[in-house]
Amino acid sequence: MSDDLAVELIGIEKRFPGVIANHDVNISVTSGTIHAIVGENGAGKSTLMKTLYGMHRPEKGRVIVNGTEQNFKSPSDAIDAGIGMVHQHFMLADNFTVTENIILGAEPTNGVRLDLKAAKRRLTEIATSSGIEVDLDALVADLGVGQRQRVEILKVLYRGAKILILDEPTAVLVPQEVDELFENLKQLVADGATVIFISHKLDEVMAVSDEITVIRAGTTVTTVLPSETDQKQLAEYMVGSELPAGEPRTTEIGDAVRLDVNGVSVGAGGDGGRPAVDDVSFSVHAGEILGVAGVEGNGQFELCQAILGLADATGSVIFDGHDVSSRPARERQDLGLAYIPFDRHTEGLMLDSSLWENLLLTRDNDPELCPHGFVDQAAVRAATVATISRYDVMTPSETVPIYALSGGNQQKLLVGRELDSGPTVLLAAHPTRGVDVGAQSSIWDKLREARDAGLAVLLITADLEELLALSDRIIVMFDGKVNAELSPSDATPELLGTYMTGGAV
Amino acid sequence: MTLDEIVNPPVKKTTGSRRGDLERTMVTIGSSLVAVLVAFVISGLLLAITGKDPFAAFSKMGEVATNTDKLYETVQRAMPFIMSAVAFAITAKLGLFNIGVEGQFLMGMFWAAVIGAYVELPAVLHIPFVIIVGSIAGAMWGAIAGYLKVKRGVNEVISTIMLNAIALQVIDWLFNEFFRFDDGTGSLDVRTKQLPESAWMPDIVDNQLNGFVVVVLLVVIAYYVVVFRSRFGFRLRASGLNPEAARTSGISANKMVLLAMLISGLVAGLVGLQYLMGESHSYGPTRPSGYGFTGIGVALLGRNHPIGIVAAGLLFGFLEAAGGPLQLEDIPSSIVRVIQGITLFSVVIISGAADRWYAKRTTERAARDMQLAGSGEQEVAA
Repeated sequence: MSDDLAVELIGIEKRFPGVIANHDVNISVTSGTIHAIVGENGAGKSTLMKTLYGMHRPEKGRVIVNGTEQNFKSPSDAIDAGIGMVHQHFMLADNFTVTENIILGAEPTNGVRLDLKAAKRRLTEIATSSGIEVDLDALVADLGVGQRQRVEILKVLYRGAKILILDEPTAVLVPQEVDELFENLKQLVADGATVIFISHKLDEVMAVSDEITVIRAGTTVTTVLPSETDQKQLAEYMVGSELPAGEPRTTEIGDAVRLDVNGVSVGAGGDGGRPAVDDVSFSVHAGEILGVAGVEGNGQFELCQAILGLADATGSVIFDGHDVSSRPARERQDLGLAYIPFDRHTEGLMLDSSLWENLLLTRDNDPELCPHGFVDQAAVRAATVATISRYDVMTPSETVPIYALSGGNQQKLLVGRELDSGPTVLLAAHPTRGVDVGAQSSIWDKLREARDAGLAVLLITADLEELLALSDRIIVMFDGKVNAELSPSDATPELLGTYMTGGAV
Repeated sequence: MTLDEIVNPPVKKTTGSRRGDLERTMVTIGSSLVAVLVAFVISGLLLAITGKDPFAAFSKMGEVATNTDKLYETVQRAMPFIMSAVAFAITAKLGLFNIGVEGQFLMGMFWAAVIGAYVELPAVLHIPFVIIVGSIAGAMWGAIAGYLKVKRGVNEVISTIMLNAIALQVIDWLFNEFFRFDDGTGSLDVRTKQLPESAWMPDIVDNQLNGFVVVVLLVVIAYYVVVFRSRFGFRLRASGLNPEAARTSGISANKMVLLAMLISGLVAGLVGLQYLMGESHSYGPTRPSGYGFTGIGVALLGRNHPIGIVAAGLLFGFLEAAGGPLQLEDIPSSIVRVIQGITLFSVVIISGAADRWYAKRTTERAARDMQLAGSGEQEVAA
């Protein structure tokens, strides 16, 4: 390991309106190494990497690349400085070939004609030396996820990047693909590249990195060598303390089964032949929180869609004694099914609309709010004001467009909307994703209160702290199946990590 | 949480809630007015460049605006624009770009003329009958595009463009083959059989203002009530604002598309009826055209809001009414079309900028209000 620093970030601070996403961030990445940046969802990892990649400019701090201080105005400045980023969501044109996708935007020409041959020659060189193999003539539409990722990496290399940022590259990969990716990364580093690897999966980080920087609540906590730490200690750095034991509850779990899911399967969406959800069964009792752990993309989303009646599914969903398997989504909601969605912006809110209109979105069958098919604006606004005060939503009023609120306050309103609809079953997906610590604990309190009042909750979360703090039982999903069921008191990060990656004990 | 708490929530005064609504409205109105102003200024410059006196043109327009006869003409000309804009706006609220109003209105007008002429009813029934026939014909034509989108995934822009062309050809064929009416005078102005007088819409002011204005007003009010006040309208708008969130909340996107195209077609079928029932009383190849497209502009300028649409429709109607008098002053009447066109351009640009400015300001102010509230809360974003 040489002592040259490829990237130095000193005292970075990045603010958004009402939000400090990063502050006092200090990271030194040595040239020719794999440097992992770990932290929980919402810790500010992606914001930091966007700063490094020139997607936005920090309010404070210095970015030094290969010894030169930089002031990137756009990603193209960062690319010129030899930085490349592989995003979590691929940005490829489906009906172009691999070669065409890679050269898109940086096409080699001889005179005016596109010189595909030269492009392919260079690409073959890059692919051979880096060991990243992919059929250059294949259509991207025909490629699997792992191969698409390789195309993205080749694209970055083709632009001459020596410093690669990979944003949660393993989130979408199956284990073999993860191994292949790590081989590729090691080869790249051996050839002199530098890799910055963002993840919240500790086993992977331990396996592949030369150095690890932990980010918590927007700031860097520490930088350690994998040889001097272990997963448990990393997990502690990430959450800030010993993993909490689930708080003992004072109420009893009810006897009544509120949600009974029997052999539910959901087909794969287009590419790949495997079902997204494969024969999943479980039940949730009144007053119980069933935690669903798992790496994102292992069927949790599709499972919720199936329960909600928004996806074609086989198997049965029995809701408070009613078989709703063939009922439309609205009927299920009218029976008392509520949903805190995975992504509040795409599934949950109308960002341009006022708070009260957003409250009405899932409640417009309530005869108090919509008597005789007409919206009673006064009643909806009053209900919104009530929710605002009960859930402590910080907002100037119920009429401002909801985009004006911080993420935490948007989420509080959303949680309030669902809980105040008087549900008997709640599907809560990442209920505190991307919200601040204060909002997190208040949302947790509300969920506990509702549970104590008899609500059955299916809690899907990637946040181990949340999982352990709230769940009465835990199931682990891997590859569309329930891989394990365990009690929170038995759960350790190592054990959960094993189950979450498909292992057995 | 009890039902009682929902019905009688703890009263909390929220200052500035009305202020928020009012401000948003003011920004919208303000940006549209600025856009119109900009259009007039640019058109004035164009006139000046081409050697005409812009001030003469504008003072002529001022004369037109203060002339009672011309004001009736303004309203008269505005009616089809407003009707067509409402038809377009219904689908625009769902996020569809439905340019099929033209074909739907022709279908409505044609079938209302044909069927209305062969029915004998007292006026009190005959007038509503013709109106219903027109709107059903428009709705059926609109439903084709809705069906194609829902069942076959055909983009509504493509299908409605084609349906417009098809409507013209189908009507021409039907007219020439079946519905030309020989009145025995040997006149070259071939038309369908004339509507009986019982189907004529009476004038409110003789030869100046047709009674169809009542229908237009009722449609605008119904548009407001259905789209802005009813639960159905809320779901329609929600599906337009965030289709995925609407789907998640259990609203069927397909149902919304079908209903919106159907209702839009119902209104579109009325666009040509003022001409049919108030002026021509029969259908012929000299029929009006282009209302379906002008309506898109009127809806755009009126921001799909009922009051905005009426105001924008009146503006366009006024410009049309001013065209003739301008020509007498040796100013090309096409300047009114230029003003209409530039208005649309500038409204798109200016309202976009105004919306962004307002969004930024609202966000900043909300953040500041929250800090004043003493939360000191800071958030960590993903």
